[in-house]
Amino acid sequence: MQASDRFNINSQLEHLQAKYVGTGHADLNRFEWAVNIQRDSFASYIGHYPILAYFAIAENESIGRERYNFMQKMLLPCGLPPEREDD
Amino acid sequence: MYLYNLTLQKATGIVCAINGNFSGGKSQEIVVARGKILDLLRPDDSGKIQTVLSVEIFGAVRSLAQFRLTGAQKDYIVVGSDSGRIVILEFNREKNVFDKVHQETFGKSGCRRIVPGQYLAIDPKGRAVMIGACEKQKLVYVLNRDTAARLTISSPLEAHKSHTITYSICGVDCGFDNPIFAAIELDYLEADQDSTGQAASEAQKHLTFYELDLGLNHVSRKWSEPVDNGANMLVTVPGGGDGPSGVLVCAENFVIYKNQGHPDVRAVIPRRADLPAERGVLIISAATHKQKSMFFFLLQTEYGDIFKATLEHDGEHVQELKIKYFDTIPVTSSMCVLKSGFLFAASEFGNHALYQFQAIGEEADVEASSATLMETEEGFQPVFFQPRGLKNLVRIDQVESLMPIMDMKVENLFEEETPQIFTLCGRGPRSSLRILRPGLAISEMAVSQLPGVPSAVWTVKKNAIDEFDAYIVVSFANATLVLSIGETVEEVSDSGFLDTTPSLAVSLIGDDSLMQVHPSGIRHIREDGRINEWRTPGKRTIVKVGSNRLQVVIALSGGELIYFEVDLTGQLMEVEKLEMSGDVACLDIAPVPEGRQRSRFLAVGSYDNTVRILSLDPDDCLQILSVQSVSAAPESLLFLEVQASIGGEDGADHPASLFLNAGLSNGVLFRTVVDMVTGQLSDSRSRFLGLRAPKLFSIVIRGRRAMLCLSSRPWLGYIHQGHFLLTPLSYEALEFAASFSSDQCAEGVVAVAGDALRVFTIERLGETFNETAIPLRYTPRKFVFHKKKSLIIIESDQGAFTAEEREAGKKEFFEGADMGENGNNNGDQMENGGDDEDKNDALSDEQYGYPKAESDKWVSCIRVLDPKTSNTTCLLELQDNEAAYSVCTVNFREKEYGTLLAVGTAKGLQFWPKRSVASGFIHIYRFVDDGRALELLHKTQVEGVPLALCQFQGRLLAGIGSVLRLYDLGKKRLLRKCENKLFPNTIVSIQTYRDRIYVGDMQESFHYCKYRRDENQLYVFADDSVPRWVTASHHIDFDTMAGADKFGNVYFVRLPQDVSDEIEEDPTGGKIKWEQGKLNGAPNKVEEIVQFHVGDVVTCLQKASLIPGGGDSVIYGTVMGSLGALLPFTSRDDVDFFSHLEMHLRQEYPPLCGRDHMAYRSAYFPVKDVIDGDLCEQFPTLPMDLQRKIADELDRTPAEILKKLEEVRNKII
Repeated sequence: MQASDRFNINSQLEHLQAKYVGTGHADLNRFEWAVNIQRDSFASYIGHYPILAYFAIAENESIGRERYNFMQKMLLPCGLPPEREDD
Repeated sequence: MYLYNLTLQKATGIVCAINGNFSGGKSQEIVVARGKILDLLRPDDSGKIQTVLSVEIFGAVRSLAQFRLTGAQKDYIVVGSDSGRIVILEFNREKNVFDKVHQETFGKSGCRRIVPGQYLAIDPKGRAVMIGACEKQKLVYVLNRDTAARLTISSPLEAHKSHTITYSICGVDCGFDNPIFAAIELDYLEADQDSTGQAASEAQKHLTFYELDLGLNHVSRKWSEPVDNGANMLVTVPGGGDGPSGVLVCAENFVIYKNQGHPDVRAVIPRRADLPAERGVLIISAATHKQKSMFFFLLQTEYGDIFKATLEHDGEHVQELKIKYFDTIPVTSSMCVLKSGFLFAASEFGNHALYQFQAIGEEADVEASSATLMETEEGFQPVFFQPRGLKNLVRIDQVESLMPIMDMKVENLFEEETPQIFTLCGRGPRSSLRILRPGLAISEMAVSQLPGVPSAVWTVKKNAIDEFDAYIVVSFANATLVLSIGETVEEVSDSGFLDTTPSLAVSLIGDDSLMQVHPSGIRHIREDGRINEWRTPGKRTIVKVGSNRLQVVIALSGGELIYFEVDLTGQLMEVEKLEMSGDVACLDIAPVPEGRQRSRFLAVGSYDNTVRILSLDPDDCLQILSVQSVSAAPESLLFLEVQASIGGEDGADHPASLFLNAGLSNGVLFRTVVDMVTGQLSDSRSRFLGLRAPKLFSIVIRGRRAMLCLSSRPWLGYIHQGHFLLTPLSYEALEFAASFSSDQCAEGVVAVAGDALRVFTIERLGETFNETAIPLRYTPRKFVFHKKKSLIIIESDQGAFTAEEREAGKKEFFEGADMGENGNNNGDQMENGGDDEDKNDALSDEQYGYPKAESDKWVSCIRVLDPKTSNTTCLLELQDNEAAYSVCTVNFREKEYGTLLAVGTAKGLQFWPKRSVASGFIHIYRFVDDGRALELLHKTQVEGVPLALCQFQGRLLAGIGSVLRLYDLGKKRLLRKCENKLFPNTIVSIQTYRDRIYVGDMQESFHYCKYRRDENQLYVFADDSVPRWVTASHHIDFDTMAGADKFGNVYFVRLPQDVSDEIEEDPTGGKIKWEQGKLNGAPNKVEEIVQFHVGDVVTCLQKASLIPGGGDSVIYGTVMGSLGALLPFTSRDDVDFFSHLEMHLRQEYPPLCGRDHMAYRSAYFPVKDVIDGDLCEQFPTLPMDLQRKIADELDRTPAEILKKLEEVRNKII
């Protein structure tokens, strides 16, 4: 890689994508986008204790259980990924 | 419109708690995070939890950890928050503040997926800390000491792993080898890419050890091994000589001991016998107890059962893991085992508790062990148990918690001076209706009737060095009664006091003699029993007295003042006389300052509406130093020293200022600062206390002087954590009071009212509200008032059995138990009766929770409650899996039935896998028995869940899913009149005003509608352009709505004036009807006029005034159990002043945990036109030089700023 490449827009984007999980790109599909949104949401629910408590009241579960459920849902938040078309 | 946000009741729920010695020394302390507040609690000697310090940090605390450097005496606090920074705090005992020792930035702010802050782990030897995020990032900081023994922190070392979710982290105790951290991780990379689902089904959680190489300054993955896929929590096992090291992995249904190079040791968690098979058992909080010779773990499940986990080991190898049932307490978010033998349980919902250990579970009980673990074809064999009464723990204190506030209304139902706040709190069997009244709670110790109506009461000690009072002296219209205080309080006649005359003052004078002032003279009773009498000259009588231990001033009728001093021999000597121009209304002398001969100031109030300060110095004795005119005749005066700022344990290191307090005949308390040198009066403030002239008394609170003001209700002025607070007491009106100190009651008050003598103490200082709780059966949802007399509350719970089923289940269990225990004991009725009581207690739902049912089962009830007697007059349990969600009272146009009650219910509601409902209903009830009971008129089936009901023009408006529908009353059912199906999501709130309807949508904020009677149509004419997830709403005025969203914001929207006018002037309505929508919505858009991030989910809003004659403010209640108010400013000057103060405070005093204040208050939307009073109120806690600096920039003095803060607070409460 040449020194000048370091500053062009693509490598900057790549750097961002590597550093910040969830940074989008031009070929992002609907599923990937949704997965990111869902994971971000679950992480936010877990981080904000009052929201976690709000969910816990709605579902009549303990807050600890609610946190565990959200963590578990981070594995496949939107179900199975679609089959790839371009293979 | 500009608003001032002030938290009235700080959040009472607890996010997490840690314990340690934060102030050094021996005392055990607890640090709790209550969302945005950090508190330091300490159990006192009598086992009551005291709040030592409470700091608002303007950020969300997500995790806490404590550590101690080797050989150090005190613990540090590490805070993981949403600030993208790691913050290390140290408690400063002298100044009573948290000192920020280190603050290191590592990422963006906010609760993000990959920014650490969610998890914290500490090396048990205090050499390193790991801070982790939900995904990918983990950072390790090395902690050390520099040459001056100060704590140092290294730059972060990364232990990241991409595409990996972290469930829990903890430190591994490996003595003084390199620090190791353990983490439960799950790699999702392959599962995200494999569309067949095979990778996802094979996804495996791993337990990974990260080693920090202190020599290389590098973190490496040392060891990683698959672990049970239900794993959710790690607990450190002591090592390095104290134990086998390694970790306990808590997983669904199992606890597994794991260590590198050690085979797994697995044990099942015992299950409650009545638990449905579909449910697992999850450990959600853990505490470790470690002594020199042994250690054990307390693990609590999501149902509240605590298990004691012990390891059989030989120092390196673990042979057996035992899990024994310990006790059951309400579900906690954190447990802390204190070295002093206490367990602090921070409840998830409802009151927190402090328990004392009675035993440590040595007795036989249900136990699961790794040695007896049975694996069958269906998996591991479960172990069952039945919860029982507390055996090992005993509760010794409770800390009240309102969390969660589900609904709230402010109303003066009891016709008291101030309105009461009715809140629905708690969840499931621990729910309650709490009636909050502004004021301090008192606890009455004794009430005794007196032979007449007393006019005054005093307490005196026999000697200045005595700890307790010797006599209570009560004065009547023509006699004086002396009671001696001992084990009992009884009348005595040998005290030397003259009992045939009323008294004007009784006090200790000199070191050991007593003084009684009566209308015709002063009686001086020496310690050896000698009595000196001073008689008034001529026929004049004494009318007023002011005295301290060495000085006495009397006022004679006609207005003559005579000043006495106690000389060196203990004699009372007349020093000076002064003829005043008229009668004296009241007198006071400040107490003698420490190390001085006399107090310098005498305050004299006259009937010409003035207060004068006179000098008592020998040089200028009884010279007038200053005069202050007041708005009405002063009735009572009191000097009180007030320290303006905090410092010390709860005292001040700043110079105190002397305040002169005057109770005026118009009910106003007038306070003014007295210059300590010149006696000049300045900086006056006044506050209306009640309908009677306040009488002021000095009492002792927490060892310091405080002021009791008796108006039409009693008030207490005292200093709490640096603030001077003037708070009403929740007690009846009193006539006269004095402080009281005896063996049984160190700091009490004795008072007279009517013909009774009352002794009481004041409790829970610093709290704004005092509460009365009435228990409820299920999670309360909403309530309404009926005729200002009764409350109708709807309660519902998911996944629970109905009352009959529970009763049957209990019976079955008891019968089973009876068969087993006393199978041959048949007969004795008495004993059975006794037994039953025990067992009922043993299974009290409040402690153990309701048994869990399948998640699609609902229970619900409608309750009519009389708040005055706190009796439930009618309770209807709904049948057939129905649950109530909405309630309103409605007067239909046909007046046949008068006021009716409408309740919206749903049958078989399910949220998972998809939201579904069998059907919804609207029940119409009739009030019978004078509103005390309900009778079902009819019920109407609807297609969705009616989440909102409201009366509108003699009809009933219902929001059913996305449909807004107007119903009229029919004979057999409700009749549809009109509907609008165009709402985007789900209607959650309806409010009406004239012909406008304000509808709140679950996701899409407010919609303004209009009903056209002639066309019988509902139009949406305006909506919001911002998607708001409405959780609470309140109608402010014709064009304005206040709302709160799920993310913790409060906002106001207003329809622009011109649009509003246009709509009102459109007679045909044709314009609205045919107008094109904008942005996929209504043609007009409302404007956001106020926006503020509270940082807590607001569940209820109401416009109300909490003080008599005060302006309205918007009161809100939150999930975390806090109450706040938004007060509209009335003048532009105030807005300017407070926004500048806020700006300076932001700059000079950034929040403790590193979150930027402005960014926090603008977390989701930029803050608009709200000034944060919670930040402004931190001003008095600033160091003095900073206070002066900010005050200079505002062109004021610090005292003026304090006065301003006090004023604005007094407008709210």
